[in-house]
Amino acid sequence: MYKILKAEKLADKIILMDVLAPRVAKHCQPGQFVIVKMDDKGERIPLTICDYDREAGTITIVFQEVGASTTKMADLKEGDAFRDFVGPLGCASEFVNEAPEELKKKKMLFVAGGVGAAPVYPQVKWLHEHGIEADVVLGAKTKDMVILEQELEAVSGNLYVTTDDGSYGRSGMVTAVIEDLVQKEGKNYDVCVAIGPMIMMKFVCLLTKKLGLPTIVSMNPIMVDGTGMCGACRLQVGDQIKFACVDGPEFDGHLVDFDQAMKRSQMYKTEEGRAMLKLTEGDTHHGGCGNCGGDN
Amino acid sequence: MADVLKKVPVREQEPKVRAANFEEVCLGYNQEEAMEEASRCINCKNAKCISGCPVAIDIPGFIKEVKEGNIEEAYKVIGKSSALPAICGRVCPQESQCEGKCIRGIKGEPVSIGKLERFVADYALEHDINPEGPETTNGHKVAVIGSGPSGLTCAGDLAKMGYEVTVFEALHELGGVLVYGIPEFRLPKQKVVAKEIEKVKELGVKFETNVVIGKSTTIDQLIEEEGFEAVFIGSGAGLPMFMGIPGENANGVFSANEYLTRSNLMKAFDDSYDTPIAGGKKVAVVGGGNVAMDAARTALRLGAEVHIVYRRSEAELPARVEEVHHAKEEGVIFDLLTNPKEIFVDDSGNVKGMKVIKMELGEPDASGRRRPVEVPGSEYEIEVDTVIMSLGTSPNPLISSTTKGLETNRWKCIVADEEFGKTSKEGVYAGGDAVTGAATVILAMGAGKAGARGIDAYLKNR
Repeated sequence: MYKILKAEKLADKIILMDVLAPRVAKHCQPGQFVIVKMDDKGERIPLTICDYDREAGTITIVFQEVGASTTKMADLKEGDAFRDFVGPLGCASEFVNEAPEELKKKKMLFVAGGVGAAPVYPQVKWLHEHGIEADVVLGAKTKDMVILEQELEAVSGNLYVTTDDGSYGRSGMVTAVIEDLVQKEGKNYDVCVAIGPMIMMKFVCLLTKKLGLPTIVSMNPIMVDGTGMCGACRLQVGDQIKFACVDGPEFDGHLVDFDQAMKRSQMYKTEEGRAMLKLTEGDTHHGGCGNCGGDN
Repeated sequence: MADVLKKVPVREQEPKVRAANFEEVCLGYNQEEAMEEASRCINCKNAKCISGCPVAIDIPGFIKEVKEGNIEEAYKVIGKSSALPAICGRVCPQESQCEGKCIRGIKGEPVSIGKLERFVADYALEHDINPEGPETTNGHKVAVIGSGPSGLTCAGDLAKMGYEVTVFEALHELGGVLVYGIPEFRLPKQKVVAKEIEKVKELGVKFETNVVIGKSTTIDQLIEEEGFEAVFIGSGAGLPMFMGIPGENANGVFSANEYLTRSNLMKAFDDSYDTPIAGGKKVAVVGGGNVAMDAARTALRLGAEVHIVYRRSEAELPARVEEVHHAKEEGVIFDLLTNPKEIFVDDSGNVKGMKVIKMELGEPDASGRRRPVEVPGSEYEIEVDTVIMSLGTSPNPLISSTTKGLETNRWKCIVADEEFGKTSKEGVYAGGDAVTGAATVILAMGAGKAGARGIDAYLKNR
């Protein structure tokens, strides 16, 4: 069992937890992820690592309630535990293995959308600790959904917050901010790292391709084992099939087939929808619509 | 008196009934049946069956005890060679191993060695008979990577010799392919696998789940930081292979590994578990091995019409005869000499059909089997909503790429000798699918035994 040492609500349906997992905390690097399983009957859910404390042996995870399993998971409190917590999985971000002198010459722009702020944070923090100040665009739908702003502020060069509805920071999508920075504010970047909803990463990549800005994205497709065994997480990257769990999760965003990836992530939408109904409506969810005849 | 040339028949669930449930197909012998079948063994002096067994069980020895009704004694005889008899009695290809060498088989049917082994092992599970462990440990620490058949066997053997063994498992359940790969209806998880693993625990073996070697820690760190003096790698087969045909990334195309893992490990077939599975209404399983049969019979039980699409003919099917027979009985349809060309995808990204082509057998290829060649112009379309690719696996590079000085061959399998499982790295031994590529449970167990012998010799002579 893996004990939850802290559970905190960051925004509506967005939860942060510190979990005791010494083996993971000892070895994880920015860019990697974990898989958690709540109880005996739970799913294996891949989650990004938001932070780690090697000495305390803890991993910080941030997740959004999207399906039945994550909604149940959000009810866990400090003192509760996950049945399973495995990692670190996937490859570390490429820059972790680059020569520090080379890395210092690079101007990096991070683009974080929604809960994408969670996986962006350890990367920017790692760079900060290695003397590199990267710029960060932090986007959210609305003011209340902006997360990890102070944490990012402390480790980034310039932090540009934007909300889709203009209720906080700049106004508009992250793509508009990138365009402004590069085209109007004279910023020069060598590489962009964009992490967020797939649709956001797709549009960031369309833009940065136009701008000639190499872009890395972190993919979060459906997974089962997370060790390369099942192939559920396969993606079309250029002319190759890649497994996000062992080859990724980070890829050259200009080569990823986002349309296919988005279709693949819809795969269990109806199954998950059913599971969600079962959770919220209990036993009464059968035959609710009156059309199918249900169980009676 | 029954016909001495024939096996005592074993009771099975009716095909129609079992095609709709996940209960075990074969019900096994009772004691009376087992004793009658045991009496068919003529106790050869130079018993060929033993040489047919990868772990060299004293087969006439245990059958003799069964004949006399001493089931506990029979279990002890098997226990000297095998840590997992309830599993092997169910999933070994006996027809090409022990039973394939049985003298009885020349004129009639061989002795039903597998079913007798299963009876003895189940009796031991039911009556809580435990294998004999060591009196004291010798203080030497050995790490075993993977809790599948090779790892469990190696760990069990080393523990019996007195070593302090810790098994590291990447998944959340113990058993490797025994739990994620082989379906419940062939190998019950709680009743058989979990209990047989309990017996390995009784020997003093420690288990740690959720540790991915190569990620959570490395072999070098196990040796340098955690005090392990030797390591056995039994990490199994790896990445599923796909055909590389158009449409293969559509929703509804699965690797057999994914389909089986969802059903077996995550229990997606059981509504009370959270993991979903898209069962499919009309399913094509591409491939002809045991894994293909398992996937087909699983899809059938989830309510689909199931076709096996295999490019050679029935004679070349790599699956065990019994599995093919069971699949047919249950209603799986075999589209033989047929090969997929393209998967058709609808606007939402879902599978809506598959183009296949007829094949004929040409000259023998490197494998000695006649090579299937396409019949020109014979393409046709079949309507399917799910395609399960069961084409084998290639090794997972997680361990080989993170372990200094561990040699792999051109197929990326770990290089290890057969007799002792010795690799190119001192103190590191390996066996099972990680070395051979996908093979059988019992061959992996044989390799686990070899690894235990190798590690014992290495640590004694150091």
